[in-house]
Amino acid sequence: MSDTWVAVLSGGLSHEREVSLRSGRRLSAALRSVGLTVDEWDADANLVARLTDSHRPDAVIVALHGGEGENGAVQNVLEMLDVPYVGTDPRACRRAWDKPTAKAELARAGLGTPDWVVLPHSTFRELGARGVLDAMVATLGLPLMLKPDQGGSALGAQVVRDAEDLPAAMVGCLAYGDTVLAERFVEGTEVAVSVIDSADGPVALPAVEIVPDNGFYDYTARYTAGLTTFHAPARLDPAIAATVGELAVTAHTLLGLRDVSRTDAIVTPDGQVQFLEVNVSPGLTETSLLPMAVEAAGQSLGDVFAGLVERALIRHRR
Amino acid sequence: MTESGPPPARAGARSLDPHLRRYAARTAGMTASEIRALFAVASRPEVVSLAGGMPNLAALPLDSLATEIGAMIAADGLVALQYGSAHGVPELREQICQIMALEGISAHPDDVVVTVGSQMGLDMVTRIFCDPGDVVLAEGPSYVGALGSFTAYQARVVHVAMDEAGLVPEALRAALAACREAGTRVKFLYTIPNFHNPAGVTMAVARRTEILEICAAHGVLVVEDNPYGLLGLDGQTYPALRSYDHDNVVYLGSFSKTFAAGLRVGWVLAPHAVREKLVLAAESATLCPPMITQLIVSRYLSTHDWMGQIKKFRETYRERRDAMESALEQYMPPGCSWNRPDGGFYFWLTMPEGVDTKAMLPRAITARVAYASGTGFYADHLGSRQLRLSFCYPTPERIREGVRRLANVLSDELDLYHTFGAVGPRSVSGPQSPSPDTA
Repeated sequence: MSDTWVAVLSGGLSHEREVSLRSGRRLSAALRSVGLTVDEWDADANLVARLTDSHRPDAVIVALHGGEGENGAVQNVLEMLDVPYVGTDPRACRRAWDKPTAKAELARAGLGTPDWVVLPHSTFRELGARGVLDAMVATLGLPLMLKPDQGGSALGAQVVRDAEDLPAAMVGCLAYGDTVLAERFVEGTEVAVSVIDSADGPVALPAVEIVPDNGFYDYTARYTAGLTTFHAPARLDPAIAATVGELAVTAHTLLGLRDVSRTDAIVTPDGQVQFLEVNVSPGLTETSLLPMAVEAAGQSLGDVFAGLVERALIRHRR
Repeated sequence: MTESGPPPARAGARSLDPHLRRYAARTAGMTASEIRALFAVASRPEVVSLAGGMPNLAALPLDSLATEIGAMIAADGLVALQYGSAHGVPELREQICQIMALEGISAHPDDVVVTVGSQMGLDMVTRIFCDPGDVVLAEGPSYVGALGSFTAYQARVVHVAMDEAGLVPEALRAALAACREAGTRVKFLYTIPNFHNPAGVTMAVARRTEILEICAAHGVLVVEDNPYGLLGLDGQTYPALRSYDHDNVVYLGSFSKTFAAGLRVGWVLAPHAVREKLVLAAESATLCPPMITQLIVSRYLSTHDWMGQIKKFRETYRERRDAMESALEQYMPPGCSWNRPDGGFYFWLTMPEGVDTKAMLPRAITARVAYASGTGFYADHLGSRQLRLSFCYPTPERIREGVRRLANVLSDELDLYHTFGAVGPRSVSGPQSPSPDTA
């Protein structure tokens, strides 16, 4: 691998650009530390020209978060240009990117996930917000979780404990997209499980337990070092830890994800595991969960992604 | 295959910041912010950024500057690359006095302290005057970088209302009386009298002496911040507060808006005793301001038609101000209002009832336009209906496009309010440290 040249795509134009740039820098440093030649590229108007140049990298790693980098758009471009890349194919990206679609697929397979409804702004406008919000509360109860149906880094996500706060929370959530995913709020231990593909199939890394100081793992708690305590591996009963790992591998497999993913879940006090969402381009920053899981597994980020690059190159040669 | 991986090599709780318990209390607000992160997108060319206060440097004579700087290094390199005095280069301090004379200030170069941008001047002034809990009076809204400095020293900001003629004397009297009644100690009034950032207004000349008299009567120092004074778009200047009062005004000046922000050269003009303390504070902070940037500014002032350059800046900014004004009139929906700045860089807009400009910002970024939301310019969570637009950096065409996009964003936001009813302000913000997007 020492003569392998990769381009790490980061940045882009989504709301998560800043996080993605940090992920890209950290991943690039990790790959260089294991001997790869790395270029860091923004996903901008120069990208196609760079990828169609006769002198181009051997493979691309998509470290874009949100928008085009996770909804399959950039992956589609990579496919059309016949560029080997690390990560999930475009169609599966789309399934995972749309949170309600992923939840529905997993629920259909019998996995637990908090009850939910998905409603676009237009429904509230056309049917009347008050009545629809009342029905939402009657269905899901309070507190409930509001989040944009697409996107990450908890942008726009809020816990609503009082029905009076719902209209304002809806407006805040809809600033990030046109459709809201409202979920029954589930109390419990918040965990994230990263899954890495290997020659033997997808492998769940140790779950990382998340304990935010302020009780909610929002943007500030995610990206301010010290505001959240992490336990890697999570402080779970071994049987529950195994169930959590199985959930993540099932989500990875069922949705057709490839190379790497991260599943977020809640373990309720009575030991039930509830799927929340899955991410095809997990954060790789200094405060992100996948690097902690890799470290807890006794591996290095550089080795893990160098291995995924090798898999992408082999896949492309076939 | 389903397995939970190899045995963990490392276990236990991790906070990711082992120094967390060691930080000073004043770092409490230094956290990651999703709003700040959104500005990473604003730096992309696809986004029309009306947020930042970056001066337009395109008109600077870069070729002749390069020649002069090269010649300066060749002739005075051993001075330019050496330590210097914390007080600043004497020749530059003399030139600064000549510049201040344009706004009526009579000063001795010894009373000028050169700083690393006027932001350092603000920091030092706050450091030498404010203990935790002391009150600083500031216009509401006020410059975000100043609020950040005051907060860093744990001073409490009390805002004083402005109208179209700047700081309102009656409001100042009332604020001082309220502070006296509450038993709080007011250390100084911080004011930007000319082409205010962010409000865009200028303090009426008739008010200037009245405000000085009020402060003197209450034993309150005046800190006058004047980065835009020479950028009246019709060439007009106003007498500085310092021109009326030598003893009770500390004056902050800057080359960031009139020459080159990247050089970070500003200054403080202060009464003798204050100046002595500022020099000592500067020594402990930086030893000395960079010699090379001071000599570059000094050489620029002595070899270039810097007043002619400012005239060019004014013409550029006037064209852009006019472009923004006409675009606002053409595109913004009913219920919005704004001032018409006669100088400086900024329009200050008030949105229709119920709009929260901070909560709306993600929608704006999606629509590829950026602005500075109003709450950052207040220390007390006001300003949720306001936003600041800068006309200094984008071309007139980009300004028109940016305002058009903003108007569409606002229409969509109003559609949401119509759906969900008046929801009131939702964002809570305090002063943040300045970034190029809010400076």
